[in-house]
Amino acid sequence: MDFLRPASWQEALAAKAEHPTAVPIAGGTDVMVEINFDHRRPEYLIDLGRIGDLYEWEVGEDSVRLGASVPYTQIMENLRSELPGLALASHTVASPQIRNRGGVGGNLGTASPAGDAHPALLAAGAEVEVESVRGSRRIPIDDFYTGVKRNALAADELIRAVHIKKADGPQQYSKVGTRNAMVIAVCAFGLALHPETRTVRTGIGSAAPTPVRARTAEEFLDAALDEGGFWDNGKIITPSVAKQFADLCAAACNPIDDVRGTASYRRHAVGVMARRTLTWTWESYRGARRTTEGAA
Amino acid sequence: MRVNFTVNGRPQEADDVWEGESLLYVLRERLGLPGSKNACEQGECGSCTVRLDGVPVCSCLVAAGQVEGREVVTVEGLADFAKQRSCGTGTGAGACAGHTDATPDSAPQGVSLDEAKAWAARPQDSHTGEGAQLSPVQQAFIDAGAVQCGFCTPGLLVAADEMLERNPDPTDADIREALSGNLCRCTGYEKIMDAVRLAAARQGEAV
Amino acid sequence: MSSPNGVPTKITQGSGTKGGIGESTLRPDGTLKVTGEFAYSSDMWHEDMLWGQILRSTVAHAEIVSIDTAEALALPGVYAVMTYDDLPTEVRNYGLEIQDTPVLAHGKVRHHGEPVAIVAADHPETARRAAAKIKVEYRELPVITDEASATAPDAIHIHEGRDDHHVGHVAHPNIVHRQPIVRGDVTRAAAKADVVVRGEYYFGMQDQAFLGPESGLAVPEEDGGVHLYIATQWLHSDLRQIAPVLGLPEDKVRMTLAGVGGAFGGREDLSMQIHACLLALRTGRPVKIVYNRFESFFGHVHRHPARLYYEHGATKDGRLTHVKCRIVLDGGAYASASPAVVGNAASLGVGPYVVDDVEVEAIALYTNNPPCGAMRGFGAVQACFAYEAQMDKVAKELGLDPVEFRQRNAMEQGSVLPTGQSVDSPAPVAELLRRVKAMPLPPERQWESSEGADVRQLPGGLSNTTHGEGVVRGIGYAVGIKNVGFSEGFDDYSTARVRMEVVGGEPVATVHTAMAEVGQGGVTVHAQIARTELGVARVTIHPANTEVGSAGSTSASRQTYVTGGAVKNSCELVREKVLDIGRRKFGSYHPAWATAELLLEGGKVVTDGGEVLADLVDVLGDEAVEVEEEWRHRPTEPFDLRTGQGFGHVQYSFAAHRAVVEVDTELGMVKVVELACAQDVGKALNPLSVLGQIQGGTVQGLGIAVMEEIIVDPKTAKVRNPSFTDYLIPTILDTPTIPVDVLELADDHAPYGLRGIGEAPTLSSTPAVLAAIRDATGLELNRTPVRPEHLTGTAPSTD
Repeated sequence: MDFLRPASWQEALAAKAEHPTAVPIAGGTDVMVEINFDHRRPEYLIDLGRIGDLYEWEVGEDSVRLGASVPYTQIMENLRSELPGLALASHTVASPQIRNRGGVGGNLGTASPAGDAHPALLAAGAEVEVESVRGSRRIPIDDFYTGVKRNALAADELIRAVHIKKADGPQQYSKVGTRNAMVIAVCAFGLALHPETRTVRTGIGSAAPTPVRARTAEEFLDAALDEGGFWDNGKIITPSVAKQFADLCAAACNPIDDVRGTASYRRHAVGVMARRTLTWTWESYRGARRTTEGAA
Repeated sequence: MRVNFTVNGRPQEADDVWEGESLLYVLRERLGLPGSKNACEQGECGSCTVRLDGVPVCSCLVAAGQVEGREVVTVEGLADFAKQRSCGTGTGAGACAGHTDATPDSAPQGVSLDEAKAWAARPQDSHTGEGAQLSPVQQAFIDAGAVQCGFCTPGLLVAADEMLERNPDPTDADIREALSGNLCRCTGYEKIMDAVRLAAARQGEAV
Repeated sequence: MSSPNGVPTKITQGSGTKGGIGESTLRPDGTLKVTGEFAYSSDMWHEDMLWGQILRSTVAHAEIVSIDTAEALALPGVYAVMTYDDLPTEVRNYGLEIQDTPVLAHGKVRHHGEPVAIVAADHPETARRAAAKIKVEYRELPVITDEASATAPDAIHIHEGRDDHHVGHVAHPNIVHRQPIVRGDVTRAAAKADVVVRGEYYFGMQDQAFLGPESGLAVPEEDGGVHLYIATQWLHSDLRQIAPVLGLPEDKVRMTLAGVGGAFGGREDLSMQIHACLLALRTGRPVKIVYNRFESFFGHVHRHPARLYYEHGATKDGRLTHVKCRIVLDGGAYASASPAVVGNAASLGVGPYVVDDVEVEAIALYTNNPPCGAMRGFGAVQACFAYEAQMDKVAKELGLDPVEFRQRNAMEQGSVLPTGQSVDSPAPVAELLRRVKAMPLPPERQWESSEGADVRQLPGGLSNTTHGEGVVRGIGYAVGIKNVGFSEGFDDYSTARVRMEVVGGEPVATVHTAMAEVGQGGVTVHAQIARTELGVARVTIHPANTEVGSAGSTSASRQTYVTGGAVKNSCELVREKVLDIGRRKFGSYHPAWATAELLLEGGKVVTDGGEVLADLVDVLGDEAVEVEEEWRHRPTEPFDLRTGQGFGHVQYSFAAHRAVVEVDTELGMVKVVELACAQDVGKALNPLSVLGQIQGGTVQGLGIAVMEEIIVDPKTAKVRNPSFTDYLIPTILDTPTIPVDVLELADDHAPYGLRGIGEAPTLSSTPAVLAAIRDATGLELNRTPVRPEHLTGTAPSTD
C-alpha cells in the first residue's frame, strides 16, 4: 500500500490520473473501517486532507458551492438557512466525532444507498462538480447514482464540490434507525418545497439500490397543489392528498430485507415520513406566508 | 513511511509505519500512549476519541499518514491541556487558579447512600487519587462514580472536556447529544451524566 | 525475559482515604483509569513481541478436508503457523464443565468463526495476510439450527461419542442437559383455575458487548513456562484449562490479571489464552493477540436465545393455581456454561411467586449456531421475560391491576420455591413493587420546549422522525429473582491473603486475591473491608494473579459475597494474630487485654468500650502478620434429575422495575423515558457502586428489549451482524433517567448481611420495557428485542 499526500488539487488529480485505482481518503469514515476490518487493501491511498479548497464553502446567488470535505458539523452550524434539509441530514450522521470528520464528498464517493446526505441533495437539487486532469464537469445529482455503491465518476475523477440550490422554501429530513443516535439509516426521506417553481422534490435513502426521488409522487403533488390553488391560498393540505403522496412515495421504494430492517417496514416508514415531512414543511410554508401577509 | 506530528504538545516521530495503520494504532503501539482505546475500530464507540487540531475525532478512522504535521491531544495530555486552557493559552505558568491540584488533605470522603441516591451535581471539594494532577472533568468522573471498567472513559473524557469548553452550561439533552458517540456498557450512563453535570458546576464555580 | 510494559502494580489508597464498609469510597484505580495509565490487556506491550492472529472457519458446519499452511509460512515476517496437528499434547480440548471445545478445529468445524489455525508475525498486518494465505478446504454439512433439526432422529450428532455426565439423562445427544422441576399436581391444580393463559415467547441472542476486546500477552519464561497477562473473569479456571493443553504443570503457567474492559459473562470461557501461549512457546517470543470488534463477536459465547412455552392458571381472586413451562435454550456448538444455565432457567422459571403446583422443563441444545454460555442474569433473564409477560396477561384476563396481581402471589421470606427450597432470608418482592410504583412519574410530553419539540427527547431522537405525531406513552412493571453464587453443589469458595505491617510509620494492610476486577469495584470493596476490620487507613491492593489461591469467578453476582467474605475472614484472622502479639507485648500492662472484646480502630487497639490500649505501630513493630485462607458460603446441593428438588441456591436477589416509554406507534420507534428500579441489596457496602451496578444492569436489559440481537442466518448458521454498526447497544441518547430505590434487608447468612446485586437489575428491566410498549401499543409482542418492524406489522411472519 502506498500513501500519497498531494499538497494541492492539481497534484491530487495527477495522482488519480496516474493511479486510477487509488482510493481517495478524507474523513476516513468509510475507507478506514474497510481497512481496519480487512475488507479492502487498496494499492494507493490519496489523502485529500491537505487540500484546503475542499474544506471551504461559498454562498452564491442561487446556490451554495460546498467543498467535498466540509465536515457535517460545519454544515449543521453554518448552512442551516441556505441548506436546511442538508443541515438536518448532517445532524443525523453517526456521532459528533464522525460529523467532525466526514463530509458530503465521502457520501457521494461511496454512494451507499444509506448515505445520509443523498435524500437531502436529491430534494434540494444539486450538481456534483467532478474533475480530472482531462477537465472539469458537473453531474446533475439525479444522474449521479448509478447502482449499489456505484456513481457516475470516471476512474480518474475526483469530487471537488457540490453545488446545492439554496432553499427557496421549507425543507425537511427524517431518518429511521433502530437507535436514537449513531445509527445507519434503515431508511430516510428528504423533502423540499420549491415555492419559486411551485414544485416539490423528494429524496429517499436506503430503500432502493440507489438513493432515488419519488418522481410520481412529486408529479402528483405538484398537480394537486396547483389544482387546489394551495400555493396561493395557503390552505392545509387535504389529508387524502397527503395520504396519496405518502403512498406514492412508498411505492417509489424498491427495498430489500436485511439485518437493519425489512423491505416491508422500509416501504411503510417511507410513507409515514413522507406524510410527516410534507405536513411539517407545508405548515412552515403557511406560517411564512401568514407572516409575509401580516407584514404587508 | 515516516510520520511526524505533535502529541500532547511534544513533537513525535513514528517510523516504518504501514500505510494502512490508523492514528490509534500509532499512538498505542508505536508511541507508548495506549490511553486511547481500541474498542470497535469502526467509529461506532468513541473510545479512541482524541482531539485532532482541536477537534474531537475517532482516531481509529484517521489514517496515520493524515496526521503529518498536525496536533493531537489524547487522554494522557488532557490534564495539561485543561490546565493550559484555564491559564490562557501559551502561558504555561505553573500556578493557575481554577484547577484541581491534588493534595493529601483533599481526600475522598465518600457519600452516604441517601446522598448517592439523591446525587445532584454541585460544586464541592475535590476528591482525588494519589497526588495526580487531574482536569476538572477527570476529577468529576472519579467523584461521581462514572468509572467502572474504564475502557470507555478516555474517549468520554476527551469528548466531555471539549463539550464543556464549547458549552459551559449544558442542559441534560446537550450532554446526551454531545456524548452520543461514546458507548459505555457498564454504567448505564447515569453516573456519566452526573460527572459531566458536576464538572460543569465546578467549572461554573471556579469562574 | 524482561518485563513487558503495562504490568499491573500494587495500588495503595492513601492515608487520607477514609471509608469502611457502607461508605461510597472512591475507586483505588480511578485515577489511573481517568489518566489513561491503567493498562488493559490490549495495552500490554513488549519490546520484541510478535502478533498472533487466528484463522476462523468461514462456514458453520463442515468437515475439514485439508489445511495448507505452506504459503503462510513462507511470508516474510511470519514466525509460526499452527494447526491442530501442531498441538503439543494429547489434551486438545477445553471447556468450563464439559471439555468439548477444540483448541483448534480437528477434522470438523461446528460453528461459524471456529478457530482453525493460528499465526505469529512481526506486525498485525503481516499476521492477517499470512492467515489469509492458509488454504482450508471444507466439505459442508447440513446445519442444525433449532430444536426440530437438532432432535430429528437422523440428525447428525454435533459431538460424536459424548461421554460427559449429562449424556445419560437426555433424550438425544444433541441435547446438552435437561432439568425438570416437578412439584405438586399440575393437572389437579389446573382444574381449580378460573383462567388459563398460554404463551409462546422468543428471546433473541444477546452479546455481552464489553468494550475491551479479548486480548492478552503471553511471555515465554526461562524455565520453559509462560506468563500470561490476560483479561478474564476467573484466573484459576483459565489456568486449569490452559496448562494441560500446553503440557505444562500449573506452576509453570503464571497468570496475571491485566486490566479488564468489562466482562458480563463473556470472559468466563477461554478465548485467545491458549493460542497466545502456544505461539509464545513455539517462537520463544512474547506474543500479543488483540481481537478487533468483528472477531470479538466470534471470540466469546453469547446469551442463549430461547424459546419459552408457558401456561399459567389463576383463580378469580387473583391466586396462581399452577405454572407449566418448557424452556428451550440454544447452546450452540459447544457446551460452555449451558448445563448451569439450564439449572437456573428451570429452578427460577416460575419467578418470585408462590406456586405450589409446577411442572417445568428446561433443556439446552447443541446446534451449529454460535456457542452460548454465561451472560449477566444467566438463564434467569430469559425466563423472567416470559413469566412476566404471562403475569401481565393473566392480570388482564382477570381484570386486575398487574402490580396488585403480582403482589398477591409474591414470595416472601419462608416461601417455598418449586425446588422445595425454603427462602430463608428476606424476599421483599411485594415491597419492591410497591416502592417502584410509588415513585413519581416523569412529566407528560417531556419533549415539549419553548421552541417546539426537542427531538432529542422523542422516539427517533436526532433522526427527526416525529415532532409528537403518533407518540403514545405506556407504563409497565416487572420483578425478577436471581440466584447469587455458584449453585447445585458446586464448591464455591474464594481465597484471600491479607498482610498487615508498618510501612513508613503507619500500619498498612495489603489485600491479595485472584479476584478479577472487571469494573464492578471489587477492589474498592476489599479496601473498605480491610479498613473496617483492621482499623487502618492505608490499604494496598495487590494485583490479582495465580500466586494466591482461587477467588472463583467474577460472575453470578458472587464476588462481594464470596471474595468479600474471604477478605473479611482473613482480616479477622489477621486481627486475632495482631491481638495475640499485642497481648504478648502489652498484656501485662492492662487487664483489658485479657478480658475485653478488642477491636482495631483508627490505627489503634481499642476495647469495645472505646478505651485505647495500644497503637498498632507499637504492637506490630517490625513484624508482619499474614494470613491466606479459603472461605466458602453454605453448601448447596444438586437438583434431583427427575424432580428438580434440592437446596440448589445459596441466596436470591430481587429487583423490580417500572418502565415509562413513549412509542411512535406509526413508525415503531421507542423512547424509554424512565426506567425506575427498586432493589434489595441486603447491605450496600459501597452505595455509589451499588447504584452503578443497578443502573448498568438496567440498561443492558433495555438493550435486549429494543435493539440488541445477534442475527444468525437460519439457512447457513452464519452470523449476519458481527459489528457495532449492526449489533446496536444503547447510546446515552437511548438511555433514560434511572431512579433507584435501594432497600437494605440483611441476609443473616451472608457477610455483613449483603446480597449479591449485579444481575437482578438485568432481569426485570427487559420485561418492564416490553410491558410498557404493550401498554402503549396494545400489541402482544412475544419476542424480544422488538424492533420497529415488530411494532408496525411489517416483520416477517416467522419472527
